[in-house]
Amino acid sequence: MDKSKLRLFHTTREVEAHFDSFLDTVSQGGIAFRSAIGAYLESTGNGDLVAKLQQLNELEHKGDELRRQVEHELYTLALIPDFRGDVLSLLEDLDCLLNVMEETMVSFDIERPAFPQELHADLRQLAENVSMAVESTVLASRAFLRDIQSVRDHLHKVMFYEKDADRAADKLKRAVFGSSLPLAEKLHLRRFIDAIDKIADESEDVADWLAIYTIKRLD
Amino acid sequence: MDPTIFLYLSSGLFLGWSLGANDAANVFGTAVASRMVKFRTAAIILTIGVILGAIVSGAGAAHTLSKLGAINALGGAFMVAFSAAAVVAWMTITGLPVSTTQAVVGAIIGWNMFTGSVTDYSVFKTICATWIASPVLTGFFSYFLYKGVMKWLEKSKIHIIRLDALTRIGLVVAGALGAYSLGANNIGNVMGVFIGANPFRDLHAGVFEFSGLQQLFLLGGVAIAVGVFSYAQRVMMTVGASIAPLTPVGAFVVIISTSLVLFLFASEGLEYALASIGLPTIPLVPVSSSQAVVGGVVGIGLIKNAKNIKWSVVGRIGLAWIQTPVIAALVCYVFLFFLQNVFGQTVYNPSEYRLSNQLLVHHGDAVDAKALSAVVGKNFTTSGGLKSAIDKALPDLPYKTGLKLVDESLVEAITVDPAKFAALEKLNVIEPERMEALRSLSGKTFTYRWELVQALADATPEWKLKEKTVLNKPYNKEIQKDLDLVMDAYVAKMK
Repeated sequence: MDKSKLRLFHTTREVEAHFDSFLDTVSQGGIAFRSAIGAYLESTGNGDLVAKLQQLNELEHKGDELRRQVEHELYTLALIPDFRGDVLSLLEDLDCLLNVMEETMVSFDIERPAFPQELHADLRQLAENVSMAVESTVLASRAFLRDIQSVRDHLHKVMFYEKDADRAADKLKRAVFGSSLPLAEKLHLRRFIDAIDKIADESEDVADWLAIYTIKRLD
Repeated sequence: MDPTIFLYLSSGLFLGWSLGANDAANVFGTAVASRMVKFRTAAIILTIGVILGAIVSGAGAAHTLSKLGAINALGGAFMVAFSAAAVVAWMTITGLPVSTTQAVVGAIIGWNMFTGSVTDYSVFKTICATWIASPVLTGFFSYFLYKGVMKWLEKSKIHIIRLDALTRIGLVVAGALGAYSLGANNIGNVMGVFIGANPFRDLHAGVFEFSGLQQLFLLGGVAIAVGVFSYAQRVMMTVGASIAPLTPVGAFVVIISTSLVLFLFASEGLEYALASIGLPTIPLVPVSSSQAVVGGVVGIGLIKNAKNIKWSVVGRIGLAWIQTPVIAALVCYVFLFFLQNVFGQTVYNPSEYRLSNQLLVHHGDAVDAKALSAVVGKNFTTSGGLKSAIDKALPDLPYKTGLKLVDESLVEAITVDPAKFAALEKLNVIEPERMEALRSLSGKTFTYRWELVQALADATPEWKLKEKTVLNKPYNKEIQKDLDLVMDAYVAKMK
């Protein structure tokens, strides 16, 4: 009896730890993405960018693994029957953020969009806003698991950073199309600006769902 | 051993099955319906808990079933158990949680009507009170408890996974304790009427002793367990899911509220504890867990949104509560008629009721002996006959006093047979001084039961009941328990 009770708490601690690691991974992904953009813009040689890409790739793999593990534990141990569906969707959505960040950076490496020097500051700002939106989403998710009342405190920040990201993307695109670059290059740059902005949009989507899960839990 | 006893026992097993299928929902209904505990896990815990409760603590409770005492023929006992079981089984198939105890009481009233025995109609008042008091009190508790728990959870910031684990442990522990007390308190309902005709003999294996009574209760416990496994899920879903949606924490609060209400309002232990430290006692209210648990679920439903509660289901459950004892009484009455007149079985052994002058003297000024002089010494074959004669002669007599007079007029001609002393001593329950007093009456014959009780009390103060106060209750109860053992030894209950 004692042993199984200990085992129960042991498992609980393990699952909790897996949840936390997963959220850490997504959060680190956001930070790594921002610094990868910085590295890309600065890189004269390739060393920094390759290291950052490697880091993002590892985080993405780790995120996938942790997500699978937590999902497996939730189902095999039949945990949180009332919110299991919501928590699973949340995990999938967060993992998707990580995937999109990694894919975007891989595209940067392959396609090498040539952002003119004068756009670098704005692009950094866009990456900063996206990273903050991801970070706030992770904080809101953490609160959903541990402190349901403060989910709102983080959700509104996600919306705020998403708006900021939209504004920065808008400004960048106007600058690109107002320049004398060839059209093909303009379209190429626009695609990357949209891809980065999309990460913030997806964060907002996750936040919207999270708001609904929260209402359900508080009901 | 007469093999027909097993035929009679079958209705007790049927009642056990019904009890398991219906009352398991009181203990694990909310846990299973909220998907926190798997049905199989719940059924295994229930089985172990119920059988342990029945064997370990059931023997104490069974002797207090004085309501069943009047049934003196196996045929009658068979039909009482069968009618109650049939009604509860029917309610179980329709998925409605009802009280098995109330079905048994209803069936006994049917037997009383059929045999012309007196029924203490105050049991109706008690049962009606349970229908209201149990759900209202539990609903009130679960409403405020849930609010409190949710506030606390907001502050304590427990991880969703940890909260899940804690709730699960809480549900399993509360369920296991609930299963134990379900077995201990209800085995008397299931097997109580057959104690007098127990076909099992005591078994010895080294230091272990497995008494015949324990074997009988084990059989009853197994019947309850079969009921749990085969049919309990339906009523569980009604309780835990059909009335109102319930979260795991809500499921736990309902179970705790039910236990709390049973503890606060039905526990003589608490009453004694409060009285012994000079505090005012909480009035004892008749409560039933079947009804309490429904109130608990409604209480939580009210917090969230009263529209979430399916009032049609609540209404059907309420109707089933009223139907259970009424239909059990009617079914028992009709079936007894067939059993007696078509199958030629004895459902009642005629008794002799004779009001004696000594009894009137014993009651002193409380009863007007002169008015009853016409009744004294007359023989009646049923308690109902004597009761109506007393009522006719003395219409102003308080109802309870009248019932007591009738009860004490049963002619039993108890002879204190010295051959039984050894068996009583072996029980190791009755104090030596009390045993000594019993020995001093060896060979004497008493027409009435109260005379023997009186003679014992005269022999030693150890047998004397104390004044009726809350603080004296446990002491008096203990004497009553010993008296029951003595009476069981000397009075053949069942023929």
